[in-house]
Amino acid sequence: MRELFKLTIVLTIICSLAATALALVYNITKDPIAYQQRLKKLKAIKAVQPIYDNEPDQDFVDIPPEQNAGGDAGLTRFYITKKGADPTGVVFVVTGVGYGGPIDLMLGLTPEGTITGIQVLKHSETPGLGAKITEEKFLKQFPSKNIQNTKWSLKKSGGDIDQISGATISPTAVVTAIHAGLALFSDRRDEILQTN
Amino acid sequence: MGFYNELVKGIWRENPVFRIVLGVCPTLAVSTQVSNGVGMGLAATFVLLGSNVIIALIRKGIPDKIRIPAFIVVISTFVTIVDLFMAAYTPALHERLGIFIPLIVVNCIILGRAEAFASKSTVWMSVADALGMGAGFTVALTIISSIRELLGAGTFFGIQVMPSAFSPAVIMILPPGAFLTIGTLLGFFNYLSKRKSA
Repeated sequence: MRELFKLTIVLTIICSLAATALALVYNITKDPIAYQQRLKKLKAIKAVQPIYDNEPDQDFVDIPPEQNAGGDAGLTRFYITKKGADPTGVVFVVTGVGYGGPIDLMLGLTPEGTITGIQVLKHSETPGLGAKITEEKFLKQFPSKNIQNTKWSLKKSGGDIDQISGATISPTAVVTAIHAGLALFSDRRDEILQTN
Repeated sequence: MGFYNELVKGIWRENPVFRIVLGVCPTLAVSTQVSNGVGMGLAATFVLLGSNVIIALIRKGIPDKIRIPAFIVVISTFVTIVDLFMAAYTPALHERLGIFIPLIVVNCIILGRAEAFASKSTVWMSVADALGMGAGFTVALTIISSIRELLGAGTFFGIQVMPSAFSPAVIMILPPGAFLTIGTLLGFFNYLSKRKSA
């Protein structure tokens, strides 16, 4: 009994000291971490839609999925880039289902719905094959395309998008995700830009 | 056994990866790029240094029966500290190492040194042991990740070094490449040490 008591006390002391140390470090690093995360978001926004002078990460509209749209997509957050009071574009994240898991893409559009830039935020595709979706060579074909002027599938399936040799699932996932994003934006454009 | 002796043993004679074959899971997983390998090595060295020092300090106060939970609490505290600091000041590296930073907790090199060395030695010797073992781990990771990055991507620290005619062997940065590299190196080092002792 006495021994049990002693063991409990020792372990409790060690754990409380550890907790104190962690609380201290958490307090020191809390602000830098929040700052880094904001920087990362702004950098991703700037890469796909560089024309703005507002703070797009604080200027956003959340669009819930359409009631009867049938997808499993959750809330989509549209960051609005503005110059003065005029919107210069929207930036939002779309997700495709790749070979190795979800592919998160940052999509930048003009207010009319034409692509200004695309960045791959997160993916787990096969290095050397599917992971080529992150390469400039593949991504540079998207700017200036929109939902009307392009057939949104790979060339080998009769569309307009250049494929990647050796990979089908990953680029198809990207194309499908972009198309869904463009469709969502064009359906809900008035709500997003609050132009009505 | 002097300070110097404890310091250098981890680099070759008791190299944690090549001679004792500990900590192989993070070694296999993060050695795809030299910068990841070096980053992981340094992070693990910091944790090892912190946990060795604290455990050597409090070793007489820890009852034998609860030593393992006590060690794990100390180690995981340092791992969380490293995780937070890396997220705050080296976000790019933090993102690339990802899940493998929290997993330093279960890196058996660290618990192994706490149990086999720091719990029986003075603080000063434990510092030497931690630095030596950490250096050994970092050197091993650097060697493995250099080979994998050179052959698998044609780069070194992200800079193109192979001539453009060289077609990277993608398998080297995929998981099988890790096993091929470590297996070959282990064989090579075993051969070296056999010759040395014969």
